[in-house]
Amino acid sequence: MSSRNKILTAVAENQPSGALLPEFEFSDAECIYSSETFINVLTGIGGTVIPVESMEEIQNYILQNFGRGSRTVTNIPALENVAELMRRTSISPHALSDVGYAIIDTRLAVAENGAVWVTEKSLSDRVLPFICQHLAVVLNAGDIVPNMHAAYEVIDADDYCYGTFIAGPSKTADIEQSLVLGAHGPKSMTVFLMM
Amino acid sequence: MKTTDKDHAALAHEFNKDAQRVDWHDETLWWVRQKRDNAVKKIPEWEELREAGSQIKNNVLANLSGYLEQFEANAQANGVHVHWAIDAKEHNEIVLELLRSNGIKKIVKSKSMLTEECNLNEYLNLNGVDVIDSDLGEFIVQLANEHPSHIVLPCIHKKKEEIGELFHQHLGTPAGNADPVFLTETARRHLRETFLTGRAALTGVNFAVAETGEFVVCTNEGNADMGAHLADIHIASMGIEKIIPERKHLGVFLRLLARSATGQPVTTYSSHFKTPRPGASTHIIIVDNGRSKQLGREDFRNSLKCIRCGACMNTCPVYRRSGGHSYNNAIAGPIGSILAPNLDMKKHADLPFASTLCGSCTNVCPVKIDIHDQLYKWRQVIVKSGHAPLAKKASMGAMTRVLSSPVSYKVAGKLGRLVMKWAPFAVNNQFNLWCKQRELPLAPENSFGEWYRKNRNNKPKDI
Repeated sequence: MSSRNKILTAVAENQPSGALLPEFEFSDAECIYSSETFINVLTGIGGTVIPVESMEEIQNYILQNFGRGSRTVTNIPALENVAELMRRTSISPHALSDVGYAIIDTRLAVAENGAVWVTEKSLSDRVLPFICQHLAVVLNAGDIVPNMHAAYEVIDADDYCYGTFIAGPSKTADIEQSLVLGAHGPKSMTVFLMM
Repeated sequence: MKTTDKDHAALAHEFNKDAQRVDWHDETLWWVRQKRDNAVKKIPEWEELREAGSQIKNNVLANLSGYLEQFEANAQANGVHVHWAIDAKEHNEIVLELLRSNGIKKIVKSKSMLTEECNLNEYLNLNGVDVIDSDLGEFIVQLANEHPSHIVLPCIHKKKEEIGELFHQHLGTPAGNADPVFLTETARRHLRETFLTGRAALTGVNFAVAETGEFVVCTNEGNADMGAHLADIHIASMGIEKIIPERKHLGVFLRLLARSATGQPVTTYSSHFKTPRPGASTHIIIVDNGRSKQLGREDFRNSLKCIRCGACMNTCPVYRRSGGHSYNNAIAGPIGSILAPNLDMKKHADLPFASTLCGSCTNVCPVKIDIHDQLYKWRQVIVKSGHAPLAKKASMGAMTRVLSSPVSYKVAGKLGRLVMKWAPFAVNNQFNLWCKQRELPLAPENSFGEWYRKNRNNKPKDI
C-alpha cells in the first residue's frame, strides 16, 4: 500500500465522529472600524499613511520623497511619468533585485490589522513587494473593510493564483526582542490613502 | 530531535546556573505574554473567536481523511505536486530526491518546525546538500550549531553579545558589535545573495485549505516569499493536521494567530499560494509522522488542533525559567510536552512532569486545547506504562502507603513537624530537590486535626 493510502486509512480509522462546522458571524455591528482605525493600526506597526486626493499628489510626493538615483517601479499606468511602468511580461524575478521603490495598487484593505491585500494580477511579478527596498501602495479609502471576515467575503468573489496580506514593513525582533524594520522584505511601507 | 540523554530537570538545572539570564528570559517572555494580552483586549469578540477556532479544528479532526483527499485533488488541479510521507525518513527522502533530480545542491528554508521534527537539515547535510535557514532567529541558531529553543522566537535564549560574536566569527563583522539593527542589516545582505542564487526553497505551511487547494504561509520577515518567488522549485512541508475546511476559516485563524503569538494584529505577510509561479514548480509534502496515531488517542487528539503560536510557552512558568532547550524536543514548552510522548513515550517521559499544572497554557490557547489536562493524563499513562523515573516511583509508592492509613499519616505528620523544627538540615539539604533555590516554610506547632480537637469546644454552637 502506498504511503498516501496508509496515511488516509489510518486517519479514517482513528478520526472521531461528529463535530459539525460552526456557524459564525463576526460582523462589525458597531461600525467601530473605519479608515481612521486603519491609519492608527498601520502606523502602530511601522507603516506610514499619506492621505491624498489625487494622483498628482502622489506623483509629487514620490518626486519629493523617494530617493533619486534608485530604481522606482510601478504597475500603475497613471504613475508612468514618475516611475518605470512594469508590464506583465515573463521577465526574470531576479531582474528586480535592484528595485529601490515599488508602487503598487490594491483594492482591499483591513482596518483591524492594517493589512492590504495584493494579488498576482496587480503585480508584474510575485516577488516585487518583497524584493524592493521600500514599498508604496495606493488604496481607496472606500476599499477598507472592518475585519478579516469581511475581507474574505471580498476575496472570494475574485479568484487568484497567488495573493498576500501585507501589513507594514518587513520586521524582526529575533535579537533580544529588539524590533528592527527591514528584515528580508521592504524597510518601509507607505500607503497613499485616496480619500 | 533528541540531542542528549539528560532529562528536563537536569537540563533546566544547567540553564539555571546563570541566574541573570534566567531572569532576563523569564521577563522577556512574560513581556511577550503581556503584548498578547493587550492585543486580545482590543477584540471584544475574542472568546467567540477562540470558540470558533476550536470548533473548526474539531470538525477538521473528525473529517480529516476526507479533507486531506479534497485538498490533494484541489491542489493537483491547481498544478501543484502532492507527496505523502508516512514518517520523517520518507519526508527527508522526498526532499532529497526532488533536489537530486533537479541537480540542486543548496536549499533555502523559511521557518518550518516540521523539518526540525524530521531532522531535515542534518539529513541533507549528510547527503551533500547545503541548507540555509533564512528566518533570522533560525539563521542565528544554525550559525551556533544549535536548534531553535522556541517555535516563534528561535533564539530567545541568546544574548545579543553572543549573536554579535557569532556574526564576527562567521560573517566577519567587527568584534564587539552587538547592535541589533547592524546585525539584522548584515544578515539581510548576506541572505539576499542566498535568495538570489537559490534554485530551491522550502517553506512550512500554516494553513492548507481543503476547499481551494491553496496553502498559507505567515512570516514577519518576508523570507518565505523571497525564497519561494525566486526559486525554480518551492517545496512546502505540512503535517496532516494543517488542513482547514474553507477559505473563509482563514479569517478566524489569521485573527487568532499573530495576536496570540506576539501581540501583533496580524503577521506582516500572510501569503496564499494557490498555483505555481509561471515557469516554476510547487511541491507539497503531507507528513504523518505519528499524527494519525495521536488522532486515535481520545485523551490526546486535541493536541493536533495546535496552530503553533507559542502562547503556551510564553505564559508557562516552567518554560520561562528552564529555557526551550531543556525540553530536548523540536517543540518545547507545554504543547511540546503533550506532542512529544506520542512520538516516543519512553524517551520523552520526563516532559509531562515539567509543568506545575497551573493551567495558564490552557487559558491562553487560541484553539482551546486542554493542555494542562493532557499533561496530567500523560503522567498517568507514563507511570502506568512503567516509564516514570525511579526516584519518582519510589516517592509515589511511599506517599501511597502513608496516605492510605490514618495512623501512619498522623505519625508521619508529627515526625515531619518535629524534624523541621529541631533538625531542618535533615530535609532542607542538597538531596531534597524541592529545596533547590527555595527554602522550606516554618512548620506549624500542631496539625489541623490537633488544632480542631483543641478549639471546637470553645466556640459557640450556633456559628
